[in-house]
Amino acid sequence: MSSQRYRLSGGTTIRTDTPLSFTFDGKSYHGYKGDTLASALIAAGVHLIGRSFKYHRPRGIMSAGSEEPNALVRVGTGAYAEPNLKATQVELYDGLIATSQNRFPSLKYDVGSINSVMSQFLPAGFYYKTFMWPASFWMTYEHFIRNAAGLGKVASDPIDPERYEKTHRHCEILIAGGGGAGLMAAYQAALSGQRVMLVDEQAEFGGWLLSDDAVKIDNMPAYDWVREMQSLLSNMDNVTLLPRTTMFGYGDHNYITLAERVTDHLSPRPSHLPRMRLWKVRVAQVILATGCIERPLVFGGNDLPGVMLASAVQSYITQYGALPGSRAIIVTNNDTAYQAALAFQNAGGFVRAIVDTRTTVKGAWVKAAKDAGIDILSGHGLTGAYGIHHVGRVEISPITADGREITGEAVHMDCDLVMMSGGLTPTVHLHSQARGKLVWDEKHLCFKPGATHEAEQSIGACNGSFALSSGLAEAIRAATKAVKSTGGTCTALSVPDVTALRINYAPMAYWKAPSQAGAGQGPKAFVDFQNDVTSADIQLAVREGYQSVEHVKRYTTTGMATDQGKTSNMNALGILADALGHEIPDVGTTTFRMPYTPTSMGMIAGRDIGGLFDAVRLTRMDSWHRAAGAKFEHVGQWMRAWYYRHDGETMEQAVTREVLAARTTAGLLDASTLGKIDVRGKDAATFLDRIYTNKFSSLAVGKCRYGLMLKDDGMVMDDGVTTRLADEHYHMTTTTGGAAGVLDWMEEWLQTEWPELDVFLTSVTEQWSVATLSGPHARAILEAADISVDLSDTAFPFMSMKQGYVSGLPARIFRISFTGELSYEINVPARYGVALWTALMKAGEAFGITPYGTEAMHVLRAEKGFIIVGQETDGTVTPLDLGMNWIVSKKKPDFIGKRALERTSMADPKRKQLVGLRTDNPDDVIPEGAHAVLDPNQPPPIDMLGHVTSSYASPNLGYSIAMALLKGGHKLIGETVWIPMLDGQKPIKAVVTDTVFYDAQGDRLNGTSSS
Amino acid sequence: MVASEIDRGLGGLKDKKKRYSAFALARNAASYHQNWQRAWRNASPKASYDAVIIGGGGHGLATAYYLASVHGVTNIAVIEKGWIGGGNTGRNTTIIRSNYLWDESASIYEHALKLWEGLAQDLNFNIMFSQRGVLTIAHSEHELKEMSRRVHAIRLNGIDSDVMNPAEIKKFVPCINIDQSIRYPVMGGFVQQRGGTARHDAVAWGYARAADDMGVDIIQNCEVTGLRRKGRKIIGIDTNMGFIKTKKVGCVVAGHSSVMAEMAGIHLPLASRPLQALVSEPIKPILDTVIMSNAVHMYISQSDKGEMVLGAGVDKYNSYAQRGSFPVPEHMIAAAVELFPFMSRLRMLRHWGGIVDTCPDASPILSKTDIDGLYFNCGWGTGGFKATPGSGHVFADLIANDRPNNIAAPYALSRFETGFLIDEHGAAGVAH
Repeated sequence: MSSQRYRLSGGTTIRTDTPLSFTFDGKSYHGYKGDTLASALIAAGVHLIGRSFKYHRPRGIMSAGSEEPNALVRVGTGAYAEPNLKATQVELYDGLIATSQNRFPSLKYDVGSINSVMSQFLPAGFYYKTFMWPASFWMTYEHFIRNAAGLGKVASDPIDPERYEKTHRHCEILIAGGGGAGLMAAYQAALSGQRVMLVDEQAEFGGWLLSDDAVKIDNMPAYDWVREMQSLLSNMDNVTLLPRTTMFGYGDHNYITLAERVTDHLSPRPSHLPRMRLWKVRVAQVILATGCIERPLVFGGNDLPGVMLASAVQSYITQYGALPGSRAIIVTNNDTAYQAALAFQNAGGFVRAIVDTRTTVKGAWVKAAKDAGIDILSGHGLTGAYGIHHVGRVEISPITADGREITGEAVHMDCDLVMMSGGLTPTVHLHSQARGKLVWDEKHLCFKPGATHEAEQSIGACNGSFALSSGLAEAIRAATKAVKSTGGTCTALSVPDVTALRINYAPMAYWKAPSQAGAGQGPKAFVDFQNDVTSADIQLAVREGYQSVEHVKRYTTTGMATDQGKTSNMNALGILADALGHEIPDVGTTTFRMPYTPTSMGMIAGRDIGGLFDAVRLTRMDSWHRAAGAKFEHVGQWMRAWYYRHDGETMEQAVTREVLAARTTAGLLDASTLGKIDVRGKDAATFLDRIYTNKFSSLAVGKCRYGLMLKDDGMVMDDGVTTRLADEHYHMTTTTGGAAGVLDWMEEWLQTEWPELDVFLTSVTEQWSVATLSGPHARAILEAADISVDLSDTAFPFMSMKQGYVSGLPARIFRISFTGELSYEINVPARYGVALWTALMKAGEAFGITPYGTEAMHVLRAEKGFIIVGQETDGTVTPLDLGMNWIVSKKKPDFIGKRALERTSMADPKRKQLVGLRTDNPDDVIPEGAHAVLDPNQPPPIDMLGHVTSSYASPNLGYSIAMALLKGGHKLIGETVWIPMLDGQKPIKAVVTDTVFYDAQGDRLNGTSSS
Repeated sequence: MVASEIDRGLGGLKDKKKRYSAFALARNAASYHQNWQRAWRNASPKASYDAVIIGGGGHGLATAYYLASVHGVTNIAVIEKGWIGGGNTGRNTTIIRSNYLWDESASIYEHALKLWEGLAQDLNFNIMFSQRGVLTIAHSEHELKEMSRRVHAIRLNGIDSDVMNPAEIKKFVPCINIDQSIRYPVMGGFVQQRGGTARHDAVAWGYARAADDMGVDIIQNCEVTGLRRKGRKIIGIDTNMGFIKTKKVGCVVAGHSSVMAEMAGIHLPLASRPLQALVSEPIKPILDTVIMSNAVHMYISQSDKGEMVLGAGVDKYNSYAQRGSFPVPEHMIAAAVELFPFMSRLRMLRHWGGIVDTCPDASPILSKTDIDGLYFNCGWGTGGFKATPGSGHVFADLIANDRPNNIAAPYALSRFETGFLIDEHGAAGVAH
């Protein structure tokens, strides 16, 4: 295709039989399957890709991998758009639409680049020193700063149309990184038959071998060896190969998290596949073969488009068949760039010179370069690069042997490509995430893995063993060891023959090019490219006292960009160590943490959003409620019928109707959500005596008792009715919201404090459907529903339980009451819920039975002064505060919370106590949560008595009732208090009363006869 | 309760040459930034001090600053095991608010908020206190009721708080999802407009610089190995840099408070747990306020740099390792996507953990101890950053006068014996 002017023939991963088209900033281009967006742009001769974060400097493509700091783009449109993607990691697909970021109005002419002109006033941390006057103006300054910062823009349509999945796996051996060492280790490990996983962030396995045209393994070109290994592995059932998969997290005990990009490279994306998949893998033995990253060199203008890592140029040529320039200067402090130089020359480029900072250069690759006629300027440094939107000229100076001083006149050379190499940095991130130590390798000037806390080994380049042959040998050793330690067996393979020119990987210490300009002057030499942190910024931080490596990072923001310091950290450390006069290992490193590369939040959320964000729990009668027009409320995870609205009714009217029915005829409540815990064992009675404030060992079989449980601080935690089913068997009920917490709480006591008790707890909440029939006609309705047990007061008194049948359904019937009316809670096996409900509705029809929801239940119990835990209590309320002294046993030797109730604060006259409130105006319903005060005219802060916990218009009483927790409340009964309103309306006047508003004698519990 | 006039002490820097300003920036630009002064000296310990603050986080540095600026006690040192601001000061999600339920809490957090207002000028260091508002969201009838209770209490305490319905919330925060069909729909909320965020590192540095200017020694990489005492009196501390004589020691070491207390034979009622936070890659401004949600469980804001900053609850286990377990960020991100669907196509950039020390009542300890001259300031749990100036101010007062003022008094250690707890478990909304 004509637009691919810089496309070469070949390219190990390029499929020229599959051409693709894409756009960048609206212009159409072509590429091939196997390209990244970066390689396709290079093939098209496009080098200006983005703008930097702070100075909005023009930036191009520096690397060929996940370390890319500069070439950030927004990919996709509409709801599919994703900002900040590294062009070097975006696999090309047909129809891909990419746009540049952080520029206005266009990439080439960006008004933000004014910051670059102003940069002398914007050194590291400048914002800490200004924008303080006038004080009130910070919000204005901040507005402009925020708009200038940020990188890409989020999708315009916020709802992500794509799907993400999660999967769990166990395996014996997981290998991260599928280059030469990783492939070798995987094959060796797989021969044992153990479960092996091999993951690699690239689209194809092979790593650096995809870019190395000079090496032979077992007399094969490296790429052929890669294909052979891959085909061997893919035919083994015990091996899982995951390309396009990044191991981003290394958790405790080899808990590994992987991000697999499943469809991002496909066009169109198949709808049956998720976009990404999060793998959570527990691994016995981890082998890290994550390779290394080449370091840039720090010199003025090193950020210009056209200044690239030498290894990246070699990758673009060999792997992608794309030529990044035609006239190159190579600058290096080590041997590795020589191979890149030759690759460039062999691909048709012209190597103007290799500038080598070392005084003496020797070795096989140097000879090869010389033989190829390439000029080598040893003892020279590249001391400046120049150009507007692309490098066009460089300045080369002779330097001292230690690289710190310029010794003579500079020469200038034209070029359109600078290939730089500052040495190799092992990718130790995952080892470090696993809390592994790092040790300094003085020869190679890098940190490599030291002692580890996990069952983990590092091999190959990430272990500082850069030569392929040593990487392969380490792979075989590590895999054999891993197999053995997981109980498997395998015979060690012989290390394949590697034919390659010998490379001296040791670089010269040259963290920053010397400059003719004075300190802080001259062109900017970048360390962290994306965040625009220069060597001068790091020196400034040190001068100002920010000398810990963490302070330098935070003050200058070096290493905090989206490339997470992959290319900048070592150079920053070198410059910092120089500025401090310390050695690098004494300066230390910052901590590497999850994620290794930026990781999709959509994937981490997975399907745990929308309806699956949290389970919705429905009762078995739910469908009936819906058909009856119920409105629902969230109670914990449950959806409970709130009220049943008949045509034309307001909520208030509906609730009034339901409340009146429960007191005059009969009401039916779905109480299935109440927590139910089966308590069994020979110590069940002892256990409950310790858990509840009152006594349950004295409860007769078949009887029910209301119980209160406290936290160890003496505060009310939960309540409910518990029934003794047999000597060693109780049925406990809890609040709807508290059920799980109560079970947890009791299990904790049983398992950690009282392991000697023989008690077993089982949640049975969902095993029972419960309908509560309440009201004067309750007994008559049950009789009409063919109940099999005698309902007379003598045979079936209040607070007892009978087993029998209701309408033929096996049932446990509890005669207990939360409304104050004659009331039965009928429990049937869960699946009979609707059958029970419809049978009762049918039997009750003639008696005026009315289903009621939670709102009516609240009103009914408030009329009786019954508390709801979580409404009348908030974790700071004791039984005494609630006026429930009667339920706290004086005789029991101990129960949870007993000791706390003896503290001095319990006798404090200012404790908040539960009281009733009656408003002066019977129609005033106090908002729940409002606070009572004695003097509403006091200026704030106003002395508060406490808050209104429950408040309703009472249909049965004809006036408004409320409960409140007031300081010294019990002594305030009869006094007048005021409740200030939020919206400027007049305070509500109320008188403090007892909490029981209705039927104080409890006569109604026995109901009327069935007449 | 809330003091209307706060003694902010001698603000700014004495040495005018060192003062920061746009003018100073221009002047230094002319000399290529070669002549900036050190923000603080690299002090070595002297043989003796009037008081030593252990812990160079925000609270410790603020304590030293107010001891010097308000109480004139300048012969003091701040001892830091690592680098200043490296603990929870540099690991939190930088949220500042004072809309607490209980009077005691409102009192100290409002005290802090008033100090935040104007702190950049006090310290001559732009700590970027951004009063962008903190909006707390309710997702159920129950939460609406709790919200009503808090708003009434906050307003009666004279602290700003406004209720919003879902439509108003959508107007205030256009990127939020108020679809009523989601699992926990946005049903309402309340906002404290004076709340917001600040640049956490800058708070430590700003206090350090201003304290240093008054003569306070800030000693980094100095680990305390023992608290030396004679009978019931503190006489000094042992460190890896030698013995330092002093009669007053203020411990402000957050997650390691119980370890430090054990050195003095004191058992503190603290549990130390990991708290995790994370940021996304930076994006152009989209969220102009701070959002907190209890039921969906997370809090979120956007940093000035453009990163979305997320936090949630603590890990359930005790630990001193500054890392947590994966399910916590997993849930926190799901919550973020649920409320802010655009987050689905953003990427997590950095993730980290800190250690929070939490009391049984989720309120801090600002207290004398049974040992004369030994004071503790700890237990801030998940919410210490917002209290930094107030905590330091009140703790300095406690150390200088050897008795707690009205704000500190409720936070004495004795409350765990008497039972006068300040239980913020339910009341704090999202723990943070």
